[in-house]
Amino acid sequence: MNVIETSNLGKRYGGTWALRECTLAIPAGHVAALVGPNGAGKTTLLNLAVGLAEPAAGGVTVLGGLPAGSPAALDGIAFVAQDTPVYQNLSAADMLHLTRNLNRRFDQPYAQARLAELGIPPGRKAGRLSGGQRAQLALTLALARRPRLLVLDEPVAMLDPVARHDFMATVLTAAVDDGVSVVLSTHVLAELERVADYLILLSRGRVQVAGEVDDVLATHRLLTGPAAEADRYTERPVVHVRRAEAQAHLLVRAAADDPVPPGWEAHPVGLEELTLAYLREPGAAALPGPARGRDTQPSEVTR
Amino acid sequence: MTALTMPAGPKRDAGLRPVPWRRMAWVTWRQHRAALGGVAVFLGALAVYLWLAGLQIHHAYATACRPTGSIACTINFTGRFGITAIFVSVFLQAAPALIGAFAGAPVLARELESGTFRYAWTQGFGRTRWTVAKLVLLAIAVAAAAGAFSVLYSWYNQPFFAAGYAIPFSTRVFDLHGVAFTAWTLAAFAIGALAGMLIRRVVPAIAATLAVYAGLALATALWLREHYMTPLLTSHPNLPGSAWIVSQWYIKGGNFAFPARGSQIVNALSQLCPGTSDVSSAQCLSRHGYTQWTSYQPGSRFWPFQWIEGGWLLALSVLLIGVTVWLVRRRAT
Repeated sequence: MNVIETSNLGKRYGGTWALRECTLAIPAGHVAALVGPNGAGKTTLLNLAVGLAEPAAGGVTVLGGLPAGSPAALDGIAFVAQDTPVYQNLSAADMLHLTRNLNRRFDQPYAQARLAELGIPPGRKAGRLSGGQRAQLALTLALARRPRLLVLDEPVAMLDPVARHDFMATVLTAAVDDGVSVVLSTHVLAELERVADYLILLSRGRVQVAGEVDDVLATHRLLTGPAAEADRYTERPVVHVRRAEAQAHLLVRAAADDPVPPGWEAHPVGLEELTLAYLREPGAAALPGPARGRDTQPSEVTR
Repeated sequence: MTALTMPAGPKRDAGLRPVPWRRMAWVTWRQHRAALGGVAVFLGALAVYLWLAGLQIHHAYATACRPTGSIACTINFTGRFGITAIFVSVFLQAAPALIGAFAGAPVLARELESGTFRYAWTQGFGRTRWTVAKLVLLAIAVAAAAGAFSVLYSWYNQPFFAAGYAIPFSTRVFDLHGVAFTAWTLAAFAIGALAGMLIRRVVPAIAATLAVYAGLALATALWLREHYMTPLLTSHPNLPGSAWIVSQWYIKGGNFAFPARGSQIVNALSQLCPGTSDVSSAQCLSRHGYTQWTSYQPGSRFWPFQWIEGGWLLALSVLLIGVTVWLVRRRAT
């Protein structure tokens, strides 16, 4: 089952496309990270998936074919929006009660135990909680709904490292222990390796890379060799060239057993490095499905 | 850090029953109790004043105004309380607008302004039902409060009415008695809700609500209301005091001569009977073959007019709330 499936999905605000020709399928049972620079269309994609926005083109279904925003979809998806909005003038206990009233399922004992564990006094107004506590409150409300899919939009962008770590720990617990599928958007790359096992790279409203992290990493190599020869490497598609004095580092799409040209050394690539390389090359695309913008020559970054 | 795990995953119900409507009662109350409390305090304070002042007025009327036209009645009743009552009625003209703006405009504007709509509209209840439930519950609440208040005001104003000091179609009576006050409050609430959805900011939405309401109320009082029913025509010079005169004009020999107001009648008078006083101008014109005609709405049409105004305002409110719900439903973030 795919928790989110889109086909040629597009969304336009005014005259500009926030998301364009987006076709992807995120399978269930993953913590999927949606990565991309600001304005890449991450929030737009998530808003479309949770039914807050209507597509201008194409379609989006969730939880194995349910139309986004339909009652059944709303029932199965919990969404924590950017900046984790909660009602400032309501207490944490009121927020629990509110969410309980607005949903068919609500695990009150779980939610209360979570608040106690987090040290959030039930009577405290949400507006007077710290950023980390507020994010945890929003996450608790979402998880207490016992969703099949948890969607998080930039959940940790505003949090300090400790709060960020705690927040992601809660998300991972839900994913591992309870089998909740998670789709989260982020541009905090440091968290990626620890949490995500599925990666979607979005750039300028288009999908660059989508796939399981292990597969993506297995099909990319980092080649190190003389800088003078960097331009002559043509065996495999080059995603990104990075020059450091006499040496050049090429991120190429190649399997581990691909032959390495003489004079070059091959290394496995890390998730953060790979992501960064793609973010620097908005024109590059790969895996799976038809790649676009192949004709665009990778630009060079000299250090 | 989380030792806690959730119980087993959700059971997948075959038939998905929606979250019951009644749950929204608590939600609406909890989120809007401050606004509803504000309306209650506002109308409650005015009600206490009307009650205390009304007791005095009723007492003064009962003792001084037998018969109603007496000198004692003029001095001890209308003279003592008349001006204050006019100030009260003028102030109350703004009450529906204030209630509508402060209770109606924030309902959606605050959600959109603070981003909490992303929370509220992704819960299992569904955003269309959420909007319908909130707006209907709040509309009923403010309309009920306004209705109760206008009953009290009718009682307060009754002696002036009885003394012939207030006529049925004057704004101090028509707008504040009967169903009109309730209907205007409901309309103001609906205008506020839609303005909040369109403008998405609380303060500008409140300002827009007040402006639109003022325009609508003014247009209704000045142009619309007199057309609810075809006015009666008469050439009788003495109309009952309760009549609402729509227009007056003179005819001569079966043809329209000039309106009873404005420069033409002044010119005619100065030609026909130079030097006559205002008192004898009617006689002068009559002597020269002019007949005054009047179109008017009789005071007995008070209740039909109330129901007509209440009816179209109710229809307008339903329409505005419907448009608001439709906008929420189709809204793209």
